[in-house]
Amino acid sequence: MYYLTSLPSYASTLEKIWYVLFRVICGFVFLFLIAPILIIIPLSFNAEPYFTFTEGMLALERSAFSTRWYEMFMSDARWMNSVKNSVVVAFFSTILATALGTTAALGLSRSLMPARTFFMSVLISPMVVPLIITAAGIYFFYSSVGLTNSLVGIILAHTALGTPFVVITVTATLIGFDHSLTRASAMLGADPRQTFFKITMPLIMPGVISGALFAFVTSFDEVVVVLFIALNPAEYTIPRQMWSGIREQISPAILAVATCLIGLSIVLMTVLELLRRRSERLRGMTPQ
Amino acid sequence: MAQATVEELRGLTTADGTPLRRALHRAERRAKLRAFLLVAPLLAFLSVTFIYPIAQMLWRSVHDATVSELLPNTGAALRDWEDRSQLPPESVFAAFAGDLEQSAADRTIGQVATRVNFEEGGLRSTFTRTARRIDDAEGVTSWRDWFLEQNEDWGKLGTWAVIERLSHPISAMQYVAALDRQYTVEGEIVRAPEERRIYVPIFMRTLWMSLLVTGLTLLLGYPIAYLLATLPLRTSNLLMIMVLLPFWTSLLVRTTSWIVILGTEGVLNDVLVWLGILSEAGRVQLIYNQTGTVIAMTQILLPFMVLPLYSVMKTISPSYMRAAMSLGAPRFLAFWRVYAPNTLPGVGAGALLVFILSIGYYITPALVGGRTGQMISNFIAFHMQSSLNWGLAAALGGILLAGVLLLYALYNRLVGVEKLSLG
Repeated sequence: MYYLTSLPSYASTLEKIWYVLFRVICGFVFLFLIAPILIIIPLSFNAEPYFTFTEGMLALERSAFSTRWYEMFMSDARWMNSVKNSVVVAFFSTILATALGTTAALGLSRSLMPARTFFMSVLISPMVVPLIITAAGIYFFYSSVGLTNSLVGIILAHTALGTPFVVITVTATLIGFDHSLTRASAMLGADPRQTFFKITMPLIMPGVISGALFAFVTSFDEVVVVLFIALNPAEYTIPRQMWSGIREQISPAILAVATCLIGLSIVLMTVLELLRRRSERLRGMTPQ
Repeated sequence: MAQATVEELRGLTTADGTPLRRALHRAERRAKLRAFLLVAPLLAFLSVTFIYPIAQMLWRSVHDATVSELLPNTGAALRDWEDRSQLPPESVFAAFAGDLEQSAADRTIGQVATRVNFEEGGLRSTFTRTARRIDDAEGVTSWRDWFLEQNEDWGKLGTWAVIERLSHPISAMQYVAALDRQYTVEGEIVRAPEERRIYVPIFMRTLWMSLLVTGLTLLLGYPIAYLLATLPLRTSNLLMIMVLLPFWTSLLVRTTSWIVILGTEGVLNDVLVWLGILSEAGRVQLIYNQTGTVIAMTQILLPFMVLPLYSVMKTISPSYMRAAMSLGAPRFLAFWRVYAPNTLPGVGAGALLVFILSIGYYITPALVGGRTGQMISNFIAFHMQSSLNWGLAAALGGILLAGVLLLYALYNRLVGVEKLSLG
């Protein structure tokens, strides 16, 4: 595979030009992907209330940088309240979504599951249906049952939005699952419960955790439903607070929050990558 | 056993004497039930928190009982209004006077007026003003003359046609409005006048922007997916971070950064001015318009294109290209005739996914779209939150949902839900 992208010595000039050009193009695309995220980080340390690099920053003067926007973010009661709400909502909806999604994925992966494709597409649909439609529906429904303006309402809505990710990741792990292992366990005298917790669970764990991470991020990032059902600032989550910030007056405090969120996504991404490696290792041990 | 005939198999029984066939059937049924029971909790949960609310909202697009409930007699009387070239008969005016008086006394006239006003702007005040005076009307011999004295709107055929239409609780009128059509007095559906055609152009713009974003993500995503799939694993894993980090970063963070970059006083304009490409006065407006929305959406949705492309390209054996080239094909021809066709499943999966996601996009257009970058979702939100014309919002949502579900069915058919990859 190596020499598809590294040129042999007999390559023609045209091929050499294309080889370099292709890499330059790819470089620009990668820049397009990553630059918008990276640019936020230095700007969040701006000492001035501007959204662009000041001359001092370009000259790397110490005085041009400050952590004032971080202090502002940390000391603002509204921001802190939104952080608390986001954590609470994401925590509970992740637990609910993971439990419901994992159980459903176990059922969907049984060889005798009736109408599997149909049920699978129904269970995945919250991911596909435009959020505005989900949000509008939930808004009317919550108004009629009195669930607007409550964290419980947001938790339930985010659970619904997070389950497809858990279903997808856990089903994916179960595809490579060796069912003779559960049979062996039953043969050795384990009851179904023991088999599940001692054999199945550890093996599908990577899928469950990555599904949970997806559900967590979905909830942590979701703003459309919150826009419709959280009408009091007391129930605002971080993205909802950012939405107000962008809409009303965009203050560099938002960039500080954004940088913190980027840090969080780097952590989550690393955890997921480690899980993926572990999952591959585990699967490598089971004979296929 | 291999030689056993059907007859012999029928004769087999389990230890307790049940025929094997029946025992197997029962076991299979039980296994099916058990599998379903595992799926059932989530299915029930989604039915309550997701499917039912959406169905209930869509119901609003065809059902509206405001007028039929609050002006019950008028609706019934209007069934006799046959000659649509003339005002309805006196009986209708009399029934309407009774309904209006009742509605004013019940303080529900505001609801009626608001509902009617969505159909014909200006009717709100006609309704509320007339209702305020109806209490003082005494000894009226002809209600028709009395109404015509109050406001010229009561002499318009259109006003009565609107009331007549609204007196049916179930109708397709919201869909008619959502498709930029309107009713004539006779009840025929015609195209709305040019200046009132709003939603079809918005649907077209949404389709166009989604296609553009899909095309751009394919154009940008294909080369890097190819690079990632052909580089040695160690390098490609490192580069993969550049695709996955945006994928994991909050949508609002990415939208914020595009505001920072593309603004007239933003980073990109500053760099271009500094490089001397633009003059200080010639800064370009890149945001709060369609351009900005498409740029931001392309970056946000690019990972959804790269990941399925990458996973397909990863499975294409490099020996195909080698074989083509050893048979004499130049590198480009080998790529085009051998490699590219093999990547089509990835192209299809990525393009459909990006298209489905972009067609219902709300956040990014709302924050950076300005006036020209608004998509259909933004209009649904507007009718939900500002104009409070919920029936129309539901109809617009119904059309959008139908489109998305159609594409989703296509995706299921071509790609399969179970192949939906998540990085």
